[in-house]
Amino acid sequence: MNRLLLAAVVTALYLLHQDVWFWREARPLVFGFLPVGLAYHGLYCVAVSLLMWTLTRIAWPAHLESSPEDGTRDVRR
Amino acid sequence: MIPAIIVCAYLALVLYIGIFAFRRGGAGTAEEYFLAGRSLGPAVFLLSLFGTNMTAFTILGSAGHAFGNGIVTFSLMASASAFVIPLTLFFMGTRMWALGKRHGFMTPVQMFRDRWECGHIGTAIFAVQAALLVPYIVIGVMGGGTALRGISGGLVPFWLGGAIVAMVVMSYVFFGGMRGTAFVNTFQTVLFLTFGAIALVVIGRGMGGFPAAIESLLASPATAPLLTRERISPWYYFSYTFIPLSTIAFPHIAIFCLTARRMVQFKRTVIFYPLCILAIWLPCVFLGVAANSLRDVPQIGQKLEARASLAALPASAPAEERAALRRQSAGDDVVLVMLDRFAPLWLAGILGAGIMAAVMASDSQILALSTMFTEDVFAFYGGKVRFGEQVQVQTGRLFVVLLTILAYAIALRAPQGIFDLAVQYAFSGYAALSPLLVAALFWKRSTKWGALAVTLWVAVAVIYTSQVPGALAWYGLLPVVPMTVISSILMVAVSLATPPPSPDTVRRYAL
Repeated sequence: MNRLLLAAVVTALYLLHQDVWFWREARPLVFGFLPVGLAYHGLYCVAVSLLMWTLTRIAWPAHLESSPEDGTRDVRR
Repeated sequence: MIPAIIVCAYLALVLYIGIFAFRRGGAGTAEEYFLAGRSLGPAVFLLSLFGTNMTAFTILGSAGHAFGNGIVTFSLMASASAFVIPLTLFFMGTRMWALGKRHGFMTPVQMFRDRWECGHIGTAIFAVQAALLVPYIVIGVMGGGTALRGISGGLVPFWLGGAIVAMVVMSYVFFGGMRGTAFVNTFQTVLFLTFGAIALVVIGRGMGGFPAAIESLLASPATAPLLTRERISPWYYFSYTFIPLSTIAFPHIAIFCLTARRMVQFKRTVIFYPLCILAIWLPCVFLGVAANSLRDVPQIGQKLEARASLAALPASAPAEERAALRRQSAGDDVVLVMLDRFAPLWLAGILGAGIMAAVMASDSQILALSTMFTEDVFAFYGGKVRFGEQVQVQTGRLFVVLLTILAYAIALRAPQGIFDLAVQYAFSGYAALSPLLVAALFWKRSTKWGALAVTLWVAVAVIYTSQVPGALAWYGLLPVVPMTVISSILMVAVSLATPPPSPDTVRRYAL
């Protein structure tokens, strides 16, 4: 369930990158100088950071850190 | 002159850090030289990984692109990267780290050879990866030439600036290896993050405040569209989200993933990476756009005139005239012009050093190619067994020197802007190679023949798109989209049609 929900959130955030709603608008100017399309994508970066924080909390692949007891070999010549 | 002196002092400091790190590095083994002994700590891992990705393209190319195309530059490259890169590090970087630790490989090709039980196919992958990495190194040298010329007010010509940057980078990579490179990158990232914010404030004040600059852009029909995305199609925009797939497929990033001491270091990296992108790219893009309001600054006024002439040029105009106007209107140096105009000399020098920091990110690519050559070719074909590990490391150093000279020679002749060169060849090619990594890490049924099909396709597609303007730009998409989709289809179809690797190999790569 958690995995499905996370996959849905990741997909939704990907789709939110395609923000056609601010395509032709410069106003309102956030803080008086940032065009809204630019401010949106600044906030988008913050949202991605929060998503990654969530992923590291809920879906961190901790099992990768432990070395297996067999199957280890040096592939370098 | 003062900024140029400060930048020279900065370059000397960078050299010291690189060589100092080398002295502390310990044993001269290949793993120590090429991977810093797989022992980088959390702060260095984050800042160096980000610094590795922060190239001449990030600072000069992005501001230049924003100068000509507007705010769309940020969402095309920065926020798309902020989404895709941390995800690929989370899902693929951690797996590569674990497998690298388990099996001891130092390059992606070593993993491919072992994972798919192949030899010469790995060499083919190496050849394509190496060919695609060279342009990326070239933009570093070009950026160095452009930056030093701008900072010195034209006193240092392009050829000399490029030569100085190439020499400095070559020296600390030569002596310091991965550890020196990582510490230099960390220092450079901190420097740029600190002084980038100061640059924004100083330039903003000098311009009379950003609100006034933006209002003046909105008041002119020629510049108002720069504050929206109305000049770009949504499909073209969408296709840019494929470009950051190249990052994890770049050998210098894949190799860097192997340097972490513990996997937990990826955690902070993936969380803070989007914020670092925001902190660096937003000011660069914004300054590039705002530069359009500086019509009274002669260098920028000339660029705006060239842009207007280019727009008014009839379709029948000679290609040479069009290319000349495009060169004149290019904005790769607008941030430097703004620093020169608005920052006090000492600050312009420090900020110039910050820009040099970004420009010199080609160090990681040079080191990665050296690592690949010595591991994937020299060692694989018996050089290490015959001559020993010490000779292998010296061979890697010699390769660093030769590669730097080659990149410099190309940079002096390269006809295109930083942005075009990077996107057209390296980014698109590596994005289309990303299915190799996905298949190796996640798909048990993938085969060496599928990998070969992808590699050959990417080689052909890159040559084709670089020779035929508009090739593979289907339905208004960038060529990177069909290139990546066809790569994925080839990987699946050819793998299913050919015998899989042995169960023992598949088991060893199960995670």
